[in-house]
Amino acid sequence: MKLFRNNADFKLDVLREVGNIGAGNAATALSTLLNKPVDMAVPTVNLLPFEEIAERVGGSEAVVVAIFLRVEGDAPGNMFFIINREPARRILQGLLGFNAAENDAYSELELSALNEIGNILAGSYLSSLADFTGLNLAPTVPSLAVDMAGAILSYGLLQFGTMGDDALLIETAFIEGQQDSEGHFFLIPDPDSFEKLFRALGVPI
Amino acid sequence: MTEGTLIKIGMADLNIGDAGAVLKTTGLGSCVGLTLFDPALRLGGMAHIMLPSSDIAREGQLNIAKYADTAVPELIERMKAKGALVERMVAKMAGGAQMFAFMGGSDTMRIGPRNVEATKQVLETFSIRLLSEDTGGNYGRTVELNSDSGIFVIRSVQFGVKEI
Repeated sequence: MKLFRNNADFKLDVLREVGNIGAGNAATALSTLLNKPVDMAVPTVNLLPFEEIAERVGGSEAVVVAIFLRVEGDAPGNMFFIINREPARRILQGLLGFNAAENDAYSELELSALNEIGNILAGSYLSSLADFTGLNLAPTVPSLAVDMAGAILSYGLLQFGTMGDDALLIETAFIEGQQDSEGHFFLIPDPDSFEKLFRALGVPI
Repeated sequence: MTEGTLIKIGMADLNIGDAGAVLKTTGLGSCVGLTLFDPALRLGGMAHIMLPSSDIAREGQLNIAKYADTAVPELIERMKAKGALVERMVAKMAGGAQMFAFMGGSDTMRIGPRNVEATKQVLETFSIRLLSEDTGGNYGRTVELNSDSGIFVIRSVQFGVKEI
């Protein structure tokens, strides 16, 4: 991307910090919700070919639980919170206090709980990001899907699709308790939003 | 006939195969998996189309496999180079789902149906018959074309395996 011709390392650091602050707040929210410690990995910022993005969550055909929302306002983009089915089940168990779906289907209550988790996490991610940047960022109503990772994530790549075959994403992984199972946060700002983020944070373009 | 080699088609990618090769693309959401088949040659082609029209492209080097209006002609050319005839070609397609139901009005969110419409339009301009399709819905699909039989297999999480 042209924008990264100058000061690339510094800019990537800034984006990593964006992920850190946003996901840090979201992790705290999740921890409060579950009444359990939730750790967070160091965010990664990568320009990835479309093909490889789904690999981050187990491959294009891996079935995942995904909450997707659009970020609207000064720096629009796409946001996903993606968890594999096993940790999703554990989270539901912790939250609802009874054994969640025996089979693959989720009940209405479980879907609604997952949606609400996504709502809370994305809300705390975005509001901290809005505070930090001074930008106006508002989430749309989140939408939930349990399906193939490739099919889901491709939705977040359309804006980059017109620009090339890679997308720049800010990724943060959650680690809950002793489990190595993870939730993934993906923030994929629209290509034009990066400049706005940098300007808002006083990063020389 | 050799036992089918597997040819993987990535996102915004296309390829052709014969001699029983199986063409496969995974995780179609709003994208469209279009296949062309020449039954006389037993030659198949597949494109994983991501966007309806190259008019919206802002990229320097256009990836012609990405857009319906450029991918279909390219796939036809690639098959013709192997001896296929447009008059013999038949099409099957799947995908074009609307994975997330909300914000139905916005153009970006309707990208699945738009990909399907655009692909059909291009097929029409070449007078290629669309034999069958499994498009729309709100779920992801993985598809395979058997280049020997022309059978098109669709897998989804909710509905299992389907042949068209």
